[in-house]
Amino acid sequence: MAPPAASQRYPSPSQPSGKSEVTDLKSQLRQLAGSRAPGVDDSKRDLFKKVISYMTIGIDVSSVFGEMVMCSATSDIVLKKMCYLYVGNYAKGNPDLSLLTINFLQRDCKDQDPMIRGLALRSLCSLRVPNLVEYLVGPLGSGLKDNNSYVRTIAVTGVLKLYHISASTCIDADFPATLKSLMLHDSDAQVVANCLSALQEIWSLEASHSEEACREKESLLSKPVIYYFLNRIKEFNEWAQCLILELAVKYVPSDSNDIFDIMNLLEDRLQHANGAVVLATVKVFLQLTLSMTDVHQQVYERIKSPLLTLVSSGSPEQSYAILSHLHLLVVRAPFIFASDYKHFYCQYNEPSYVKKLKLEMLTAIANESNTYEIVTELCEYAANVDIAIARESIRAVGKIALQQYDVNAIVDRLLQFLAMEKDYVTAETLVLVKDLLRKYPQWSHDCISVVGGISSKNIQEPKAKSALIWMLGEYAQDMSDAPYVLENLIENWEEEHSAEVRLHLLTAAMKCFFKRPPETQRALGIALAAGMADFHQDVHDRALFYYRVLQYDVHVAERVVSPPKQAVSVFADTQSSEIKDRIFDEFNSLSVIYQKPSYMFTDKEHRGPFEFSDEIGNIPITPEASSDIVPQQFEANDKDLLLSTDEKDDNRGLSTTGSAYTAPSYDNSNISSQMQELAISGPATPATTQQSSFDFDDIFGLGLSTAPAPALTPSPPLLKLNPRAALDPGAFQQKWRQLPISLTQDCSVNPQGIAALTVPQSLIKHMQSHSIHCIASGGQSPNFKFFFFAQKESEPSSNYLTECVINSSSAKAQIKVKADEQSTSQAFATVFETALSEFGMP
Amino acid sequence: MMISQFFVLSQRGDNIVFRDYRAEVPKGSTETFFRKVKFWKEDANAEAPPIFNVDGVNYFHVKVVGLYFVATTRVNVSPSLVLELLQRIARVIKDYLGVLNEDSFRKNFVLVYELLDEVIDFGYVQTTSTEVLKSYVFNEPIVIAPARLQPIDPAAIFTQGAKRMPGTAVTKSVVANDPSGRRREEIFVDIIEKISVTFSSSGYILTSEIDGTIQMKSYLSGNPEIRIALNEDLNIGRGGRSVYDYRSSSGSGVILDDCNFHESVRLDSFDSDRTLSLVPPDGEFPVMNYRMTQEFKPPFHVNTLIEEAGRLKAEVIIKIRAEFPSDIIANTITVQMPLPNFTSRASFELEPGAAGQKSDFKETNKMLEWSLKKIVGGAEHTLRAKLTFSQEFHGNITKEAGPVSMTFTIPMYNVSKLQVKYLQIAKKSSSYNPYRWVRYVTQANSYVARI
Repeated sequence: MAPPAASQRYPSPSQPSGKSEVTDLKSQLRQLAGSRAPGVDDSKRDLFKKVISYMTIGIDVSSVFGEMVMCSATSDIVLKKMCYLYVGNYAKGNPDLSLLTINFLQRDCKDQDPMIRGLALRSLCSLRVPNLVEYLVGPLGSGLKDNNSYVRTIAVTGVLKLYHISASTCIDADFPATLKSLMLHDSDAQVVANCLSALQEIWSLEASHSEEACREKESLLSKPVIYYFLNRIKEFNEWAQCLILELAVKYVPSDSNDIFDIMNLLEDRLQHANGAVVLATVKVFLQLTLSMTDVHQQVYERIKSPLLTLVSSGSPEQSYAILSHLHLLVVRAPFIFASDYKHFYCQYNEPSYVKKLKLEMLTAIANESNTYEIVTELCEYAANVDIAIARESIRAVGKIALQQYDVNAIVDRLLQFLAMEKDYVTAETLVLVKDLLRKYPQWSHDCISVVGGISSKNIQEPKAKSALIWMLGEYAQDMSDAPYVLENLIENWEEEHSAEVRLHLLTAAMKCFFKRPPETQRALGIALAAGMADFHQDVHDRALFYYRVLQYDVHVAERVVSPPKQAVSVFADTQSSEIKDRIFDEFNSLSVIYQKPSYMFTDKEHRGPFEFSDEIGNIPITPEASSDIVPQQFEANDKDLLLSTDEKDDNRGLSTTGSAYTAPSYDNSNISSQMQELAISGPATPATTQQSSFDFDDIFGLGLSTAPAPALTPSPPLLKLNPRAALDPGAFQQKWRQLPISLTQDCSVNPQGIAALTVPQSLIKHMQSHSIHCIASGGQSPNFKFFFFAQKESEPSSNYLTECVINSSSAKAQIKVKADEQSTSQAFATVFETALSEFGMP
Repeated sequence: MMISQFFVLSQRGDNIVFRDYRAEVPKGSTETFFRKVKFWKEDANAEAPPIFNVDGVNYFHVKVVGLYFVATTRVNVSPSLVLELLQRIARVIKDYLGVLNEDSFRKNFVLVYELLDEVIDFGYVQTTSTEVLKSYVFNEPIVIAPARLQPIDPAAIFTQGAKRMPGTAVTKSVVANDPSGRRREEIFVDIIEKISVTFSSSGYILTSEIDGTIQMKSYLSGNPEIRIALNEDLNIGRGGRSVYDYRSSSGSGVILDDCNFHESVRLDSFDSDRTLSLVPPDGEFPVMNYRMTQEFKPPFHVNTLIEEAGRLKAEVIIKIRAEFPSDIIANTITVQMPLPNFTSRASFELEPGAAGQKSDFKETNKMLEWSLKKIVGGAEHTLRAKLTFSQEFHGNITKEAGPVSMTFTIPMYNVSKLQVKYLQIAKKSSSYNPYRWVRYVTQANSYVARI
């Protein structure tokens, strides 16, 4: 309660230590303590104010504790309040002195004026001195029965304070039961609201060791209690409404009527001016309709407008909180927001944290219909005075290109960026062009002709320089002066401060050498010599390795360093869908702001009322569970392979330097291990990229369980599905009507899957993780019906529509597939069946 | 949903008030917060976001009149709730103190503590209604003279131009008595519209939006019920796809995309005759927020030309034309334009007889600034600038400069045509006739013309 200790105990030199002032105050207070002269209260007020102002700026005034207490014998309520504030501040540090206050506080708890009763009770409970708890029980008990609602409100929170000082005293006095009855019967809304928050806190903490508390906690979620609150929600103030809405989120409705009743009750909360009320309502709507796909979509449509209004009506900080939630929704259902893209255009005076969010949203909702406008807008930002945003905008353009919309035009734009001749624009663009080439090697011709015109002297940033060098090595054949540019760079080896760039130089020199040996021989020689003499361990190791492998056999070296390229299909820097779902479940909490599930930034006890996965069957993602270590590991591996090259090197630096330092000599085994290391992490080693990306596809496409996968997948070439596929329900229906059934197949569902099907949503999530998206679902046990769609990764226009009927009693499923490209429907059915067969597997 | 601490820091990082409600966050949180905000690492000129986490403690802040209002918690709370709360605390304190700034804060910190104790108990919000708080709070505010204050909120702009407005009203405490000893019965209803327009380089409108608020501040005794009637042809809701429904009628009606209301507002007859009824609580609050993307006539037309004029020279011409009636006067207009990075000097030529205009070249950020005290409706103003470059440039000069942005305030004018038709105060006595002020104002939020 006190101001920060440091400044309290050791006032900074600029501030007066206050010692003489405090002594002064002390004697003045002493004089006034006994006085009953008229006007004495005014002089006391002035003195008290001084004391409190010292307290605020951090001067220790605890030494006047006794005098303050003596002066508190007054009927002046302003004085009393200041005294309570003071006492509350210093009681914890001075338990002995606190005893002095008990007397007058207890007396005030019986005052005629309810205001004084309330204030005294609040102060009494705020002392936080454990050995004084015995004095709390009596006043709290009568406070809860007080006929004044102000006193009762304070008493209820007092019970919670007591619980935190001494849980056993609180439980022994049976206060929770009293609160429960107050909660259900008190006429004052704030008393009821405080009971609810106090009980939630107490029972959540007790639940870990008391079954009764557990039951009580559950009972808060019973239908009568929920409706008791929801029916009178308008009697509560806006903050208490948020509390009630958070409770309602955890309620499991009995049937769809129940769901619609609640939604109708809460519909007008979406028009509230308080963003917190609106977001809490949105969360209720989203969670209630999770299993009703079509209603869920309607909810998205319904909440869009109120959220956009909130974004533009509040302070920048409030808009940021709302925008972060819109961001989550946009990324989840981009097609619903696709026509609203103009709302996410940046305004020139917005803070950069808002602009960054908006850029990400624009990236997410770009599709066939709006890409042209969005990219045009982003290109405007690229010339922005705010360089950080200009860079982000260029990256956004690149990401849209990687999403495959209108690549042709975007490549043109990127090349225009290079023509702008601004250092940072050129730098960002080079990195992007490199990524684009890794995904779309077919564009190499256009890009290389422009990139070739860039003078390497104008590029200083390591990332950009590395990108350029990578392209020089990779496309040495198409860039006539590649060996000479590289040679130039290599000759300035000493001046190159970035190890990343030097690593790239080595690799590029090798690649160039294989393609144009006579022209590069000299440069490579210099590079290897300089590299082996390099003080940086990684550079040194790589040079030495190249040297030895060349010595061993040039052809082997070529196969290792410069094998035929394969295009990268997926850049795996996106979050896993489990994490995204987890964040979605924690809607209206900090998880959305940080874009992380709560377990990543809070300790368990503070996860708060938003964590409800224990109560509802969500997919558990505790970090220790083995099931999710698998995808996480995979993500890491994948990053090594496919993330931008510099990050790779960072990772590598961390993971390998240890072993490098412990190896005193380079014997054979050591080299081979280095070779492996290099092969895994080096930027120019597509040999392993190729192999590992198959690995990656195996796992990503065919799920996490290793054993059944190979058995179930015969030989046909793997079909790659677009994880971001989008199809609106109207288009789906139309297609479903138009296309013939190309395939009907029966398959079985494993028992774990049938068990998991009690929450049909889980199947939808599961299939989504295999890039198969649900568009509609329905049915009751034992018959469930789902409609799914998927798109071919390489051709977004090639759709697969599937009807899947599952009978949970026979554990059988029948699928009907309709496809734009009939020849591949068998391949798709295989993918589908495999995915389905893994449903429910750990 | 509980917070652990609340504090207010000055721009220099001094504690102005500090309240710890739950003793869960280690001491030193104010220093941690301030260091983080002052030296936000990621980008040199990036501002710290309003919410961040340091060592498991979540810090929330809003900036009001240069002060940091901060809350901390370890719990995974609703971010909107805490930010909304901080903003509301600032508003309550302003209601009490009349004006909000460091000085009034320091003079009244005991009152502020008293408020804070009633607003939050053990980290849980109790109430933020000035009305409710009035019965629990006993300190009298020490009101400081508003004369030397910076305008801090949209309503404050009324104190500048229009003489007919009682300038001190919006800076009057809701609880303090007038020096004369009696309270004037009056009520203010302000229709404040912030407009955002982006013009393409060829001059057509790329995006436009109006974000409006009907703001109320009541000094009426006895809390009478109030009815506000809006345009009868007001329509609400046009989803992204249903635009064509309204095309035909867009000539007459006012179409809001969406709106929301203060919790005291009753909408019983809103659907039938577009009236809102409410018993206004004490203090300032938004009755209704609305958003509109219906086309409207932008108040200013901006025309910019930048041309090379020789080897190391270029010329800029900016023309602005006021597209509103001549009985309306816009004030405090500024026009800004980033110039090419290699600009070393700029010399300006204002139009002959220009009064109340200033032009400047800010060397550090290469910014052209042109400010005008006022612009009368229908008038046109031009600025010419000759630029000198420090290096030769090849390429498209328009890519190196702009966009032009404008800020302005236009009192007694609103672009949306939303109107308060009447303001009825229900009170028995026929002699009771309080002052009613209905005021309109349009401000630029983001008014940008690309070149």
